[in-house]
Amino acid sequence: MNMIKDHIVKLLEKDMREDGRKLTEYRKEITIEYGVSPKSAEGSARVRIGKTEVVAGVKLDAGTPFPDTPDQGVMMVNAELLPLSNPNFESGPPSIDSIELSRVVDRGIRECHMIDTHKLCIKEGEKVWMIFIDIYPINDDGNLFDAASLAALAALKDARMPKFNEETGKVDYSERTKEPLPLSYEPIEVTVLKIKDKLIVDPSVDEWNSLDARLTVATLKDGKICALQKGGGAALTSEDVDNMVELAIEKGKELRKLL
Amino acid sequence: MSNLLIKDRDIVVPGEVLAEGMDYLPSGGAFREGEKIIASQLGLVYLANRVIKLIPLTGKYTPKRGDTIIGRIVEMTFSNWFVDIGCSNDGVLSLREVPEYVEKGADLSTYYGFNEYIVAKIYKVTRGSIDLSMKGPGLRKLGTGKLVKVVSSKVPRIIGKEGSMIKMIKDATDCRITVGQNGIVWIQGEPEDEFLAAETIKLVERKAHTEGLTDEISKFLETKTKGRKKKPTTDDKGEE
Repeated sequence: MNMIKDHIVKLLEKDMREDGRKLTEYRKEITIEYGVSPKSAEGSARVRIGKTEVVAGVKLDAGTPFPDTPDQGVMMVNAELLPLSNPNFESGPPSIDSIELSRVVDRGIRECHMIDTHKLCIKEGEKVWMIFIDIYPINDDGNLFDAASLAALAALKDARMPKFNEETGKVDYSERTKEPLPLSYEPIEVTVLKIKDKLIVDPSVDEWNSLDARLTVATLKDGKICALQKGGGAALTSEDVDNMVELAIEKGKELRKLL
Repeated sequence: MSNLLIKDRDIVVPGEVLAEGMDYLPSGGAFREGEKIIASQLGLVYLANRVIKLIPLTGKYTPKRGDTIIGRIVEMTFSNWFVDIGCSNDGVLSLREVPEYVEKGADLSTYYGFNEYIVAKIYKVTRGSIDLSMKGPGLRKLGTGKLVKVVSSKVPRIIGKEGSMIKMIKDATDCRITVGQNGIVWIQGEPEDEFLAAETIKLVERKAHTEGLTDEISKFLETKTKGRKKKPTTDDKGEE
């Protein structure tokens, strides 16, 4: 990416970007669609940021809890980088990037206790609700992290509980109640990139490939931080981190309005 | 008796009969079956006297001998560079085909490194490989610049008759522009100029099938550059 990075840096020095956006500007076309797969998933959502498109689905099942948390439900996030979304993605076992993507989304949701797992207990020590969140990028035009977390959040909000059959101990998917998931906080993740000494948000694929360092910040409505993920080879000064977090809080508020 | 069933610049679909009789000849994208000439792909009809040719609307680049292309170094061995030129096979650039003298056992990446872009010429196409050469005028390693990707079949329109279109864009935007036959365009200039040049090239690509394109583009560039060049003069007056 030598030449492409040089070009990106050259533009950034003049506070410009490849597509004419400002450094701290999201793409204008951000849409969130709820319930895109109502038959197969309990909750689903499609998020588009520019040409980037991510679909997230929420499946619910009843299962046995972990021994150390017998009265709490289980939440799992899985992401797969589909080869159809970007020519650089390969099929096969999950890559490091797809594991990181799912972990970043997972951490944002888990660490702010968005889902009240105590309410997901059906019978202590025996049966609890398990929430599976699956993330599929349909098209990668940069910024999968923010799009995926937004899609996961929207899918959770869209989800409705299926009926639990007490006698058989199984879930009856043919009937769905109107009861939503026990949700409280809504974490919004914003990834801030550092290229040379400039900070940018909502990167394109080329910008993402030329990053020096990045920080994904999950924030709540009141501006509290609930999760962080740092990536990239370069080091960040404490001043950088302050600026990045501040930027993420500000952009998080903008994204929150779209929900 | 031969009769032509389509007009110049019609859009045709595969299987469509273009002409009947032996007076016409099929070229790229069309074939003869008995008395008929039939289209084999979706494209625009191009009539040159008796020859019927189809220009595909979209699709991958097919390498041809003599084409100047822009490619990216993706792999290297002891004696070859492999270049991604946007088609099914990678181009092969041999040690002997570069203008520099490369010593035996030298690290090839010091000449052309990974992910660097080069302008090269295709000098041989065989079934399995595409051989590239860097020996020739204008063939070089590219410096920092903006890359624009277009459909390779539209490249002739971007270049224009004897380079008229590309020359017009170069003059209006003050950019250095290199167009590869494989649909990669490299632009170097001031950021604002690069944006305008890229926008213009995309416009040409989108309207490649329309007539009177050169006039339209020249008008488009005029209105765009007029606004820009006026700005500094009015600013100057303001200061006075």
